[in-house]
Amino acid sequence: MNALKKGLGLFWMILGPVSILFLFLQAYEKVGLAAEGVQKTNTALQWGIILFIFIPISAGLVIFGYYALKGEYDQLSEGSEEPAD
Amino acid sequence: MNPELQKNSIFKVIGASSLGTLIEWYDFYIFGSLATIIGAQLFPADAGASALINTLAIFAAGFIVRPFGALVFGRLGDLIGRKYTFLLTLVLMGGSTFLIGLIPSYSSIGYAAPILVLILRLVQGLALGGEYGGAATYVAEHAPANKRGFFTSWIQTTATGGLFLSLGVIVLTKNWLGAEDFAAWGWRIPFLLSILLVGVSIYIRMKMHESPMFTKLKTEGKISKNPLKESFNHKANFKMVLLALFGATMGQGVIWYTGQFYAQSFIENTCKVDFNDSRYILLWGIAFATPFFVIFGSWSDRVGRKWIMLTGMLLGIIFYRPIYQVFLDDTDFSDVTQEDIFSVANPVVTKLAINGGVDSLITTSAMVTLVDGSSYQKVQSHTKFGASMDGTAAEKPLEVHPELIKDKKLSTPVFWKFVGLIFFQILLVTMVYGPIAAFLVELFPTKIRYTSMSLPYHVGNGVFGGLVPFIATLIASFSGSTPLSGLWYPIGIASLSFVIGAIYLSNKKPVEAETAD
Repeated sequence: MNALKKGLGLFWMILGPVSILFLFLQAYEKVGLAAEGVQKTNTALQWGIILFIFIPISAGLVIFGYYALKGEYDQLSEGSEEPAD
Repeated sequence: MNPELQKNSIFKVIGASSLGTLIEWYDFYIFGSLATIIGAQLFPADAGASALINTLAIFAAGFIVRPFGALVFGRLGDLIGRKYTFLLTLVLMGGSTFLIGLIPSYSSIGYAAPILVLILRLVQGLALGGEYGGAATYVAEHAPANKRGFFTSWIQTTATGGLFLSLGVIVLTKNWLGAEDFAAWGWRIPFLLSILLVGVSIYIRMKMHESPMFTKLKTEGKISKNPLKESFNHKANFKMVLLALFGATMGQGVIWYTGQFYAQSFIENTCKVDFNDSRYILLWGIAFATPFFVIFGSWSDRVGRKWIMLTGMLLGIIFYRPIYQVFLDDTDFSDVTQEDIFSVANPVVTKLAINGGVDSLITTSAMVTLVDGSSYQKVQSHTKFGASMDGTAAEKPLEVHPELIKDKKLSTPVFWKFVGLIFFQILLVTMVYGPIAAFLVELFPTKIRYTSMSLPYHVGNGVFGGLVPFIATLIASFSGSTPLSGLWYPIGIASLSFVIGAIYLSNKKPVEAETAD
């Protein structure tokens, strides 16, 4: 189980930037397709909001993957680590 | 303490915390439920620069700032205590909701109206970001370890209860005033009513004592000096914040918002079911499913939180597409034959002058009732082009627009079938959401609990969950998409969360945890 947790850690580290790249490409395509004027402004704004929100979250996924790769979650197989008060 | 007194005391704690949280959800949801009417009153009819403010206010602002509210008020709650912090969030939420009900329309104060709405919506989001973590922490710190799931599940019912209350108040007010008066000024009543509800809740909460665990820490001088730093700068804690987000709250958030919000939006906007019918379906579904928050919360005290939450996610992943396909199929009246029609009301014809009065839009609508008791409005419109003013151009042929079918009323069996399908989706919500407060509370130590649990909760629910209707609708609008394409967003996020949760989360039972401590 620990080997799987570590192995998947690498996958999460890759998934973070790949998903942001996918969102950037989608944003570029959809803003390009929108009609000039208000519709383009609205589309750009909507995709701007989506990117603004999901970039830090994907950075979090990379950190999560890094921790998993380093074995930080290995000892949680039977019980969550309870940080000391 | 006498066990009977202790029992009374914990139910007072639950009652006071739940009532305030329910009102905060009510406040937050009435804005969403009335977004179209508010938009028409407080935003200019033409788009232009206001489109930017409109989009921010309606789609995103309230949700995006929830994690920031979690940080601000979570920190405050770990520094000065739970009680005063969630009193403050209640005042902010109630005050901003009341003020939204008082804002003059765009025709009176121009762009100040949408800007004020945006500011108040931001305050609402911040307040909600602080409220939930405080209430869940407060109740959990009063509860015995082996009953945390049961006691905190009452807090979990408030989110659904707040939605139920908001829908109920809106439907009652609209039925009482009529659609026209409601759209003109009656929409303000649900907002103004909030001040009474908040007043009662503040009075009750003022009488409560601080959480015993926080009081003990304070007496011993062990309160965190910098909760933000301790929560997010210490690897031992930060890794649990990330695990809580990706392995639990992210999936829980999309299951919740799909079942309670996207479902209603889909039935009303995609299936074109009548305004009241779509709300009654949701109201019944909520009413039948709400007790299961407590059932699953309580069950999680015995079998652990993990697999109940993950089963809810898995069932959503498997059944969302078949359920929504049924919604589409059962509201498809395109193949109605003459034998199916019971009656057709006399058509109503309206004529609207367009293009400076040169052309006219002629609309013919008729109510069609079917043998099975269902009915719908059939609308056919066409543009009639007139000769130009100077008479230089001759009349052009009619432009016939596609036929529209709207305001569908379902037959009784189909109505209850839809209630059953919504009930099932909300049952999944109770599985993922019932145990989540106890799960989060147990993941973090008392001195930084408010801060640490609030952030993953509000990123998971406010961001991943709150954006379900927006992102799913956006995906469904792409060229080549089908009406079901939007479901790939909640299915994808829930699948990711399910895999992470299944592999990385433990299923530590509360009693075992207490013994280990």
